[in-house]
Amino acid sequence: MSARPAMAALLDSPRWLGVLMIAPAVLYIVLVVGLPFVLAILYAFSGVTMGSRTIEFVGFKNFISVLETTKFQTSLRNTFVFALVAQVLVMVLGTVLAMALLKDFRGKWLVRLLILLPWVAPISLGTIGWLWILDSTYSVINWTLEALGLIGADGWFMWLGVPYLAMGSVITIHVWRILPLATVILLAGLTSIPHDIHDAAQVDGASFWRHLFQITLPLIRPIMLVAGLFGLVFAFTDMIVIFVLTRGGPYDTTQVLASLAFFTGIQAGDLAEGAAIALFLFPLLLAVAVAFLRVARRAEVT
Amino acid sequence: MQAHLRQVEGEGAGIATVESRNVRKRFGEVRAVDGVDLVTREGEFLVLLGPSGCGKTTLLRMIAGLEQPSSGEILIGGQVVNDLPPRARKIAMVFQSYALYPHMTVFKNIAFPLKAQGVAKEEIPKKVAWATGLFGIGHLLERKPRQLSGGERQRVALARAVVREPAVFLLDEPLSNLDAQLRTSARDELQQFQRRIGITTIYVTHDQIEAMGLGDRIAVMQGGRVRQLGTPAEVYGEPADTFVAGFLGSPPMNIVEAAADRLVGFRPEHFLPREVHDGSGALVALGFRVTRVEYLGADRLLYGVLEDKFPGAKVIARLPSTVTLPYEGGRRYEFAVPEKELRFFDRTSGLRTVSRPV
Repeated sequence: MSARPAMAALLDSPRWLGVLMIAPAVLYIVLVVGLPFVLAILYAFSGVTMGSRTIEFVGFKNFISVLETTKFQTSLRNTFVFALVAQVLVMVLGTVLAMALLKDFRGKWLVRLLILLPWVAPISLGTIGWLWILDSTYSVINWTLEALGLIGADGWFMWLGVPYLAMGSVITIHVWRILPLATVILLAGLTSIPHDIHDAAQVDGASFWRHLFQITLPLIRPIMLVAGLFGLVFAFTDMIVIFVLTRGGPYDTTQVLASLAFFTGIQAGDLAEGAAIALFLFPLLLAVAVAFLRVARRAEVT
Repeated sequence: MQAHLRQVEGEGAGIATVESRNVRKRFGEVRAVDGVDLVTREGEFLVLLGPSGCGKTTLLRMIAGLEQPSSGEILIGGQVVNDLPPRARKIAMVFQSYALYPHMTVFKNIAFPLKAQGVAKEEIPKKVAWATGLFGIGHLLERKPRQLSGGERQRVALARAVVREPAVFLLDEPLSNLDAQLRTSARDELQQFQRRIGITTIYVTHDQIEAMGLGDRIAVMQGGRVRQLGTPAEVYGEPADTFVAGFLGSPPMNIVEAAADRLVGFRPEHFLPREVHDGSGALVALGFRVTRVEYLGADRLLYGVLEDKFPGAKVIARLPSTVTLPYEGGRRYEFAVPEKELRFFDRTSGLRTVSRPV
């Protein structure tokens, strides 16, 4: 007989249909995530560089030599500062925004749109916009500050050129970018609290802060953890904002491990060392990811 | 425990009356509450009874301060409270869902209103022990709400409400999430408890059995208005209009056209075979063609239509099981209603009118 009945039989069989449906996803993950990951592990324990034709294994040599450089130590510290500060800000601002969006007010749709916009626009495009906004010569922020008389013509800030300002800038832009997602997740959590609970707290005489800290926040704690851990992993591994805005500068003050791995492995051609840097936080992130999955499952059950 | 009870009556928040003066509430075009005037008596158990959407819950939420009236005044203890937040109104409320805080233990749930009111730390365990003692839930203090049965949750909700010794107690369908058996015993406990502490209580329900069993007085509501306010016997026996007559009683009052401008109503339990009436007082004889018989254990319901007088009117008779005469569908029987049990209503307004011979 023709292929049609065979195909139909295949689609009717729950066993093969399931395999067929999940195959594209598995293939995608294996090719785009799994393969590079295995390669990275191989490279990290080898002496391979751009242009090497053979691969010889050197054990932990790459990790040890990388650890000794100040560049790496600075980047490691920057990574933690960047990820933790950004994520704390995201959680606080996300909660405030989500609570504001829970209330009904005129023009709510506009506020929602504005908050979601950074998430919808391509990240690099948005960040390039910020590159102009923070430019040392054309910065619209400096221009506004001067027009308001807050700074003089010689007092313009070098947003991306001074160590602490540069770190502040990249953190701010990262927060701007990740905030929409966190807000939407937290808003979903807040919406899931039955209204009666809030009414009961009001009747019971809870003040705003007691209500917030003893009722609302504890009830969205599982979902806050999910949003928080997700954002944390993201902040630890992402480098788009830093790559576009500062390329790790000035003097590596905004260099993080992800960008350092890229610059060392791809741009400087030392694949082995780049891979070692990239893998350095893997155990930590794995632990975070496991915690994340456990919390997500518990939140589902209750 | 007795000492604490006296404290509620004496030096606690005291017992207050609740009054609503021409209270209205609109949600957009919808008039949820449309001019309600109600005054409770001190320590009274007042039930707001009505079908869903009649405005009873909205009225209760306005008394609690969870909704602002569009117009009119709410008074608690003689003081206008329109501008006071719920916490300043000396009220406590039990919600239909109980609204226990799911992340807190029973102890913390009950202690929450005390902490919010700034009660001294060493006083809190004593008051919690008193409130849990009232409802026999002292052994559940360390449990979380999700580890409790429906009945236990309801008691925790009640304990959380009384622990702060409110002047007014507001209950929004607190028994509707319990199964039928539990509801009966919970009703009994609730009434005993209310009698003992004597707090003015406003109780919202759509269940007429709860309303009749619990209320000192019942306010029957429909379309945002109070159709009748009275004791259970009054609203059942002397309904103010056809809505109240049709809403109370199961099956409801039979209402038939008596004349061009008049309706006459009588309860199914008064519509009995002629030979069953004891002969005291005048009877109105009615020919009754039975179409269907329903056997319900304690009662039999006979569905059918009237003949002779009010021909074609559909009515129901409710015979107690003590009447053992056989009945079957399709046959005609001689029934009667005592004349004093007839209720007359104006046909256009639906309002009660004076009795007239039929």
